[in-house]
Amino acid sequence: MSKPLITLALSLSLLVAPSLAAAQSIQNLRIMAPASPGGGWDQTSRSVQSALQDAGIVKPVQVFNVPGAGGTIGLAQLYNSKGDSSLMMTMGLVMVGAIQTNSSKVDLSRVTPLARLTGEYEVVVVPASSPYKNMGDLVAAWKADPGKVAFAGGSAGGTDHMLVGLMAKAAGIDPRKMNYVPFSGGGETLAAVLGNQVAAAVAGYGEFEAQIKAGKLRAVGISSAKPQAGIDAPTLKSQGLNVELANWRGIVAPPGISGSQKAALISALDKMHASKGWKDTLETRKWTDLYLSGSKFDNYLKLEANRTAGILKDIGLVK
Amino acid sequence: MDALTSLFAGFETALTPLNLLWALIGVTLGTLVGVLPGIGPALTVALLLPVTAKLPAVSAFIMFAGIYYGGMFGGSTTSILLNTPGESASIITALEGNKMARKGRAAAALATAAIGSFVAGTIGTLLLTFAAPAIAEIAVQIPPTAKFALILLAFVTISATFGGSPLRGLISLAFGLGIGLVGTDLQSGQARFTLGFPELLDGIDFVTVVIGLFAIGETLFVATRLRKDKGNVIKLQGNASMTREDWRRSWKPWLRGTALGFPFGAIPAGGAEIPTFLSYTLEKKLSKHPEEFGQGAIEGVAGPEAANNASAAGVLVPLLTLGLPTSATAAILLAAFQQYGLQPGPLLFLTNGDLVWGLIASLYIGNFMLLLLNLPLAPVWAKLLNIPRPFLYAGILVFSTVGVYSLNNSVFDLVLLAIFGVIGYGMRRFDFPVTPAIIGVILGPTAENFFRTAMQQSGGDYSVFVTQPSSAFILVIVVLALVLPPVLRARGKRAA
Repeated sequence: MSKPLITLALSLSLLVAPSLAAAQSIQNLRIMAPASPGGGWDQTSRSVQSALQDAGIVKPVQVFNVPGAGGTIGLAQLYNSKGDSSLMMTMGLVMVGAIQTNSSKVDLSRVTPLARLTGEYEVVVVPASSPYKNMGDLVAAWKADPGKVAFAGGSAGGTDHMLVGLMAKAAGIDPRKMNYVPFSGGGETLAAVLGNQVAAAVAGYGEFEAQIKAGKLRAVGISSAKPQAGIDAPTLKSQGLNVELANWRGIVAPPGISGSQKAALISALDKMHASKGWKDTLETRKWTDLYLSGSKFDNYLKLEANRTAGILKDIGLVK
Repeated sequence: MDALTSLFAGFETALTPLNLLWALIGVTLGTLVGVLPGIGPALTVALLLPVTAKLPAVSAFIMFAGIYYGGMFGGSTTSILLNTPGESASIITALEGNKMARKGRAAAALATAAIGSFVAGTIGTLLLTFAAPAIAEIAVQIPPTAKFALILLAFVTISATFGGSPLRGLISLAFGLGIGLVGTDLQSGQARFTLGFPELLDGIDFVTVVIGLFAIGETLFVATRLRKDKGNVIKLQGNASMTREDWRRSWKPWLRGTALGFPFGAIPAGGAEIPTFLSYTLEKKLSKHPEEFGQGAIEGVAGPEAANNASAAGVLVPLLTLGLPTSATAAILLAAFQQYGLQPGPLLFLTNGDLVWGLIASLYIGNFMLLLLNLPLAPVWAKLLNIPRPFLYAGILVFSTVGVYSLNNSVFDLVLLAIFGVIGYGMRRFDFPVTPAIIGVILGPTAENFFRTAMQQSGGDYSVFVTQPSSAFILVIVVLALVLPPVLRARGKRAA
């Protein structure tokens, strides 16, 4: 065989391999939600479960919960299920952060990334009565006295905290000097900003949507690259803050599975992503489709881990 | 009269046979999970979420609301009969309720709890119907300084639950506060007292502490004394119903409990537990028979039970009008709304009026069903006490273990449960009251967070607690509660 022919044959086999692997069916798939029932990862897991089952891609699919410590307890359990090719775990940006703040022994480089599924952009809101009409006003006041402008959001080191840190950095403010008031639940953040107890608040758009539409809160910025359809908020980027952040959710598999097993799982997710059931779920739940699978997701995960480590260091949560 | 018209339309939705059936399933299920220690309404609704995805939204919410109210009714049953609260909001009920049961008055205690829950639930639902938006508006304005002051008030009045010795009570409280510190610090994200166990990063779930100290501790204690007091089986005395005297002593605590519980439910992070503590203290202070407290005073059951049910109605106020979850169950209900693509908030009443009013109407119906379900059941439940104790407590052990395991599916939690069980036994054996420890576990972390949030918002200025009017007002009450009783006592002695 001549060299070009071998190359051709090899690349052909590479092209064919995934589709062959896809034909190899997955039996008794189990999805671990590394959080309590009802939370974001649990909802994602159960939506994936019904989308996979309803479209007949994999049957049966089971969901189980392993809550605790920002998902790192589940991550450790996944790591210990080495080579189990019928197990997946939902995860996301919050877990990337929790691994750092909890100094978890297992990190995401030790498991098999499969795909990024959905995400939600973060919005910065101020009370309707606030003197800050836009991001420019808010940043100007923030720069003048970083400690005086209090931001409310979720727990320390979470997505909301990271966004405020990134914004501070982009505005030339020392993230250690900012006044971030963490609350344990979305409800308390909302109450704090509705009650004028903080200057601004940060959370996923969904948590503020009803209040923004009712005119009680003003969205002064959204963390997406481009303006989002149906959301009346200018991007942070268009207002001079070079920050982009999505609170994304994805799915990973245990370490030690073979290349073809990984390809089979990815192919099942690719099919699910194209299914009508999944599209309907995204629409009713108002999740933004951020699907990214295979090596693109591998790279993305590495970049996010680095960025997260950097910002958590800047905020002063991680040494 | 807009609300009234909408409410009638809501009743039309809720009174269809199918929706009535869902309400019945909900309240029955709710009562059951309320009775079982560890498994609460939040977990039940969460587990049912995927199952109900195919159900019409109205029917699903009618069932969920039934589970929520039912859980509050059911939690008191095991508190009273077995001194093992099924829900954290029923801890206080165990104090007097179990003493009443030991005197053979279990059925009366169960009845006052059920009727009190009904009265409070109905008044709460009425307030929800007619005043929800206004109440929600006020509730979010309450600053963390005032919330901290409220908890301080609860701390000061905790001594009412100390039993005989203040020193033992304080030791128990300090133990609870210490347990409450375990876990990740919310403000700084740093781990505290986790001893390197990642399982402890989220803190120790107070359900584990409650079940360990109460259910397991009680079981061990009973087991060690089984041979000593064999003949001491509790006899049921009198009829199931409450006497005229019981009614006379119950109705005021019901109303006062409602008045305390409802606003606390509506306040973000208020919860159902604090008003039960306050209600107990209040009833003890106001009672004409303070000497009966600790021996089975019916007021001590009626007040707190009304308080926890009223708070359940209060929780729905900010949830429906602002999309603001103020308790664990409310957070799950919010997730349920999102499952249907609905966003609770100011616009929900306009965009999905049918659903909201159907839900509110079903609360009245559910409450009534719960009364019908629980009153006749009171004497039946009370018969539980006739089961030979080895079997009864073996059953409690099984349900407690399953309940705690179901929280996180974690064996680690079972080890914790065993540890707290042994501690609970020790506390009983050496006569330390258990309740202050639980109060410490629940209130400690909340108090710390409110305090530190207040500090962050004020830029570290301690004077905000006295310059902020509502917090200053509560702090004055705190000081009076501390200073007045000794002064009055001293004057009383001088006069005598």
